[in-house]
Amino acid sequence: MNKIKSLDDLKQLREGMQAKIKLRETAGNSENVVRIKVAMSTCGIASGAKEIMNYLMDELEQKAIEAVVTQTGCMGYCYAEPTIEVTVPGKDPIVFGDVDKFRAAEIIEKYIIHNQLVDGILPVNYRTIDN
Amino acid sequence: MKNIALHILDLVQNSARAKAGKVMVSVTEDTANDRYLLNIEDDGEGMEKDQLIKATDPFYTSRTTRKVGLGLPLIRMNAERTGGTFSLISEPGKGTRLEACFVMSHPDRLPLGDIDDVLVLLAVGLPNCRLVYVHKTAFGEYRFDTEAIREIIGNIQDSNMEIRRFLKEMIIENLKEIKAEP
Repeated sequence: MNKIKSLDDLKQLREGMQAKIKLRETAGNSENVVRIKVAMSTCGIASGAKEIMNYLMDELEQKAIEAVVTQTGCMGYCYAEPTIEVTVPGKDPIVFGDVDKFRAAEIIEKYIIHNQLVDGILPVNYRTIDN
Repeated sequence: MKNIALHILDLVQNSARAKAGKVMVSVTEDTANDRYLLNIEDDGEGMEKDQLIKATDPFYTSRTTRKVGLGLPLIRMNAERTGGTFSLISEPGKGTRLEACFVMSHPDRLPLGDIDDVLVLLAVGLPNCRLVYVHKTAFGEYRFDTEAIREIIGNIQDSNMEIRRFLKEMIIENLKEIKAEP
């Protein structure tokens, strides 16, 4: 039988990748990273926000995009869960609703990488000429 | 919620919002007495008596963004429909303790679900909170403590895919070892 993984194995894994992690830490401090907040309240969790958050973290890392993915509470858009708020450096945050894996991939590919808008934006922070 | 793990993900965030520094989650499979116990205990702000009474009312919430709050009513419903019990004890300034008891053999008793995912997400998502998860079965006990992990890898928030995958595998293998119900 295989030996089960323990914290000692984690220590070894960590030592093996020490150099790589240092690089990330310094880069992560700058303001020039994409910030994504995943709404993770009862409504979000029940709609599958956990899978979306996992997907975003893994996908952004695979595509080597500097990003911080965090969880936040309900923004009051329970009907449109899972919702995510994406802040690209230098721009206003945008909230996307009804995000499944397919739409998450679209948001990364089109909005984050190529700077094109995609459907499904919730009007949280629309600005008009009046204000 | 589809499973216990999702309830844990939901309820631990209540504790985090109550500014808890430490959250103890335990799942106990008491096969001998046909009981499946979920226990969540935090050292957060706690609740006053009148708030505590309203907490499992679906039309009460401490939020202002919406008018319903379903986290606690849902776990209560899920526990009680198996013939189990639910209790919530809280003291302002000391913390809150939730206990949901399911009848283990009841067909409506929720499965554990992907607890590995949930624990890693909480560990990454709540950097200021120590999370301890203890799973007990007749074959033994597994303890997952974010404090022990932080000592080794530092900030879990900066962890990469490889470390997250390792942590998930570690949790799954250890739970398998004590023959935890999926």
